[in-house]
Amino acid sequence: MKCEDKVLLNDWHVVADLANLSKGSNHSTNLFGKAINVSLDADGNVTCTKDGKPLTCQLKYGFVWTCLGEPSRDILHVPEAFEDDRFVVSGGSFAVKTSGLRVVENFLDMGHFPFVHTGWLGEEPHTEVKPYEVELTEDNEIIATECYFSQPVASPTAEGAIDVEYVYRVYRPFTVALYKTNPHYDDRMDYIVLFIQPVGPEDCVVHNMLCYIKNGMSEASLRWFMQLIFAQDKPILENQVPRRLPLDPRAETPIRADKVAILYRRWLRDQQVNYGAIAAA
Amino acid sequence: MTTDLQRNWYPIASSSDLPKRHVYQAQLLGREFAVWRADDGNVNVWENRCLHRGVRLSIGINDGHELKCQYHGWRYANRTAGCTYIPAHPADAPARTICNNTYPTQEAYGLVWTGEEATGDVPALDGFADATVLRPIPLNATTDMVSEALVGYKWNESCLGFANADGSVTVSDSNGVSIRFFIQPTDSHRSVIRGIVNSSLSGDARKDALKRHSWLLQELRDQVEAAASQKEMPAPYEPVIARVAEDLVNIPAIREDGPAADLRVTVAEKEMTADDILKVRFESIKGGLPTFQPGAHIDVHLQNGLIRQYSLTNGPGETDHYTIGVKRDPNSRGGSVAIHDDVKKGDVLAISAPRNNFPLRRDAVHTILIAGGIGVTPMIAMARALNVQGLSFEFHYFVQGESHIAFSQEISEFENAISYHMGLSPEETGKKLGEVLSEPGHARHVYVCGPGPMLDATRKTAADQGWADACVHFEYFKNENEVDDSGSFEIDLARSALTLTVNDGQSILEVLRDNGINMPSSCELGACGTCQCGVIEGDVLHQDVYLTDEEKAANKSIMTCVSRAKSKRLILDI
Repeated sequence: MKCEDKVLLNDWHVVADLANLSKGSNHSTNLFGKAINVSLDADGNVTCTKDGKPLTCQLKYGFVWTCLGEPSRDILHVPEAFEDDRFVVSGGSFAVKTSGLRVVENFLDMGHFPFVHTGWLGEEPHTEVKPYEVELTEDNEIIATECYFSQPVASPTAEGAIDVEYVYRVYRPFTVALYKTNPHYDDRMDYIVLFIQPVGPEDCVVHNMLCYIKNGMSEASLRWFMQLIFAQDKPILENQVPRRLPLDPRAETPIRADKVAILYRRWLRDQQVNYGAIAAA
Repeated sequence: MTTDLQRNWYPIASSSDLPKRHVYQAQLLGREFAVWRADDGNVNVWENRCLHRGVRLSIGINDGHELKCQYHGWRYANRTAGCTYIPAHPADAPARTICNNTYPTQEAYGLVWTGEEATGDVPALDGFADATVLRPIPLNATTDMVSEALVGYKWNESCLGFANADGSVTVSDSNGVSIRFFIQPTDSHRSVIRGIVNSSLSGDARKDALKRHSWLLQELRDQVEAAASQKEMPAPYEPVIARVAEDLVNIPAIREDGPAADLRVTVAEKEMTADDILKVRFESIKGGLPTFQPGAHIDVHLQNGLIRQYSLTNGPGETDHYTIGVKRDPNSRGGSVAIHDDVKKGDVLAISAPRNNFPLRRDAVHTILIAGGIGVTPMIAMARALNVQGLSFEFHYFVQGESHIAFSQEISEFENAISYHMGLSPEETGKKLGEVLSEPGHARHVYVCGPGPMLDATRKTAADQGWADACVHFEYFKNENEVDDSGSFEIDLARSALTLTVNDGQSILEVLRDNGINMPSSCELGACGTCQCGVIEGDVLHQDVYLTDEEKAANKSIMTCVSRAKSKRLILDI
């Protein structure tokens, strides 16, 4: 499947975590099914090529970004990444054999916490997803607010179960973030953003940036926690059939708890994003 | 379009692939199945996909009664594949039309059979009544290539093979040993050979036969796969995944109108389970029965024209019958007496599909079930569901005396949770309720069903001891309040843009019906909750016993069968 979605081709995508490249080496990957070569020279300069021809390329947040077309907008600005009292780290790049759109939807979902992240992000019998608010902003972002869930171990610094508040935010089709209660602060939240690299229509690499308030936390425990959580999601994601996200409202059965996913699928449909999706009939 | 391939029966597993509490993944014509056996022995062949988010059910959990999806814990019932519980919305009863795709299933000759559109029975095989099932051999080749190779299969020189009309291959030798090979087309270019030998072998004879045929079939496999690798293989099948029902796109599903009686059942068993209490088992005449959830009731249409509501006592996965309990009440209007005296084993009755207006939350840390007399019936269904899931609960059964204990066999399953309170006076009952309800707390819930005065006492005690209204769930048998049907008022139907007048002596429900507006109903006495409707504006004169006091005060819904307007006008969300 060839990508013909302008909104995706003319946008920036992560193709490598700089920390995973060693100087003087090449890294081969794919973006929208096209072979991309990323190289880091001895002086630390990065180049991206496709079929031997250079691509436009940038370094930001510790990631290598490229664009296959003409960038129609800048790389996402994340203010949290510039706050001094936060760790800004990558939790690792995870290859997942499914559409990146399925990964976004899983990230927006609280209902699976007690079943997939048992003992960490949720625990039976506390399974209720209470009503929450969803809106499409003037900037064409999806925001879900007032999302509360009871969690046994909400973060690496949490002690005992707490009711956690989430805010979810979908910036772009393959870029999604969440803000989450920090157990030590009433007014500040930890932040996780996923920059999902669409390797193919049914293949992706999930890059992520964690912006966590340092208080009581270590970088290692933060990475460990993210990897634990993600390792729990991966086998579920790889057992979703079909792998591409169906945009037909009657392909799957949504419930009230899926309000944000319903809007996400409609939003993709309205923007004519078809890569990694099954278009509605 | 249905093809012959879809109409055929194929074996897709050996019976021995389905040990207790296992889920087996099978494939036929490119379509994946989740295959599992419930504790009652029934084999389920379902599409290998949860309807919610497409996760394979073969990675789910078989609890012996239901299959639970790994992703969000949705539970699907044995046999019907209907969804019985959605944990994200514990207070809602799922629309009973959320039902996974099931396929025809038979178990015969030690094999499990299915076919997308198969009808009738699996082919009858003479001489294979006592068969030995060989180890299945998967191959990367088309069924035609496999069939051709199997015709030449030999374990001694006298072997002679031929292809049968149904696509299978029979090979026999001069000693009377015969093997029937079925070829399961897992996909257009992948097959599984499933062979059965025409005698029930045991001991060394069985070991030798299994070993020998495993070896010979492996050699056949190598040859066929070598030949197949030289050929261009057909494109894989692309099974069509059926779309879900349109009304499921927006939950809850649209309910059907009226006191419907769309099912016909036979009275399969009728026996006394306690003094004056009859246990009646209904079985379907044709096809399966719809999925139910604990707390659900059915309308039973009696031969004398009366319609009565009875709670189901069934446990999870018990989907091949419905069991109800009926107390003989000589003072009633004739429903219970008719069932006791007139309904005979073998009679055919009309019943409604189960409706659940008394759903059980399963997100409680502890659940207290309180039953008074015949109010025990929905509590049994709830206790059985909690018990199967291993959730913490206690069950208090208030009853006159030992001879009045109904369903004692079912109740014996809860030996650690059950407490009997026998022959208590109203004062003693009140005191006992005070003890039972002494510890309100986070995520603790109470369910109560019994006679009106006991329910009133339970609700009052619970409120006095600090239980939140939302944690006390109740179901009255009937509405004992005097219903005032005087005075006239107007109703505006917001969604239908209609204004109607409810006159003195009429109910809202009747007026809606008279004007062709669909509204489901069941008891029509303000007890069951079926005819509930949203209120957008106006003050309601609540006369039902279904809504909690908090809900009545909120003025957001109305039972259209008995309640009326205090104001001149009501705007209803219909």
